[in-house]
Amino acid sequence: MARSDWRRVGMGESQSRSDRSVSRVITRLVIHAVAIQRGDRLLFSRFDLTVSAGEAVALTGANGVGKTSLLRAVAGFIPPLDGRITFDGAPDADEARRTDCHLIGHQDGLKGGRTARDELSFQARWVGATGGAGEAAAERLGLARVLGLEVRKLSAGQKRRLALCRLIASPRTLWLLDEPLAALDAESRALVGEVMAAHLAGGGLILAAVHDLLPITARIVEIPP
Amino acid sequence: MNALAVLLRRELALAWGRGGGPLLALGFYAAVTTLLPLSIGAGAGRLAAVAGGVAWVALALASLLSLERLFERDFEDGALDLLALGPLPLEAVAAVKCFAQWLTTGAPLAIAAPFAAIALGAPPAAAPMNLITAAIGGLAFAFLGGAGAALALASRRAGLLIAVIVLPLLVPPVIFGGTAIEAFAGGGAWVPALALLAAYTLAVVALTPFAMAAACRNALG
Repeated sequence: MARSDWRRVGMGESQSRSDRSVSRVITRLVIHAVAIQRGDRLLFSRFDLTVSAGEAVALTGANGVGKTSLLRAVAGFIPPLDGRITFDGAPDADEARRTDCHLIGHQDGLKGGRTARDELSFQARWVGATGGAGEAAAERLGLARVLGLEVRKLSAGQKRRLALCRLIASPRTLWLLDEPLAALDAESRALVGEVMAAHLAGGGLILAAVHDLLPITARIVEIPP
Repeated sequence: MNALAVLLRRELALAWGRGGGPLLALGFYAAVTTLLPLSIGAGAGRLAAVAGGVAWVALALASLLSLERLFERDFEDGALDLLALGPLPLEAVAAVKCFAQWLTTGAPLAIAAPFAAIALGAPPAAAPMNLITAAIGGLAFAFLGGAGAALALASRRAGLLIAVIVLPLLVPPVIFGGTAIEAFAGGGAWVPALALLAAYTLAVVALTPFAMAAACRNALG
């Protein structure tokens, strides 16, 4: 265990290679004829989308069109009114969500009163990271120097990067990202772009709700109003 | 079981800091048990007669004090999403949260309970039973309070709602616990009441996590 951790720390740019050694469960995300209702408003219906291994899809559309709701439906939080969401390769969808799926919502889920190191350690280990994987991820995203600070003293961009650390620390196949680049500066965006590219190269899937372009090649899917 | 330990450590740290942690509950407990004799009157016999019961009611109220934000903070800052997508089902997450709450406030309160009862004039011989019933009953209080906190998610004035939902459910443990203490101090048969208290607590611990998880899922959707 310690040895593989050390390798992950040392390998940095060759993240994709270490990702490949991970056993992938989800090979494809299929959203078939899905309708989602919030309150008494029907956001959309008969929405189809397939995301294959190694592919990134950028969901766009006006505010309130249902990008976040779709992500939360894939994460299993919102039951679709109609249609189905399946994960190829994983017969039990809930199991797949709990073991092979990351969701970074537009909130960071960090507690202001705890140190960045404590919060990172919990978030990363909770989703399956081992050893020093969390700290290595923080180093990769340029957070090594702020880990000792209380979360409330971090900037919005630093908090965002801290939440994104668990993507690197724990290798899960499907990434559901809600505005992942909000509050990030250009340098951080490039860093996160590298991480995403490595994830895709390793057979990962990314479904992201965005307003700006993702810093990687992504298929753009617009949710119609 | 690694995830269980990771979660428990986090919940203990959060419970320690939440709403003043154990100190607030202990302070509240001390204040109530001090105020009640002032209002009842200090006649030694009168006070001793109600000492056990008063200590129990104060314990139930103090247990609820810091429960309001048990799920709410995680819900507000998005951490509940993360908890829902971890290796453990939400039922287990909810149970761990309540158990951590009991460890940080219920257990200290249980240790304080015999002292409060003695200070009120209860016979020192009843102290062991005070401790045992407070520890067992406190576990039920933590899980019932957690169920109230989860049901009140996303509503305003959650604290008030929790009191309304949860207080009726505290009636059985208060009755059983009080009866056990009274019987123990009077040399009577205390086993039946203690067994009923333990049975109630076990049922609460077994059932409320499902209610909490359902309430959390409802709030997440």
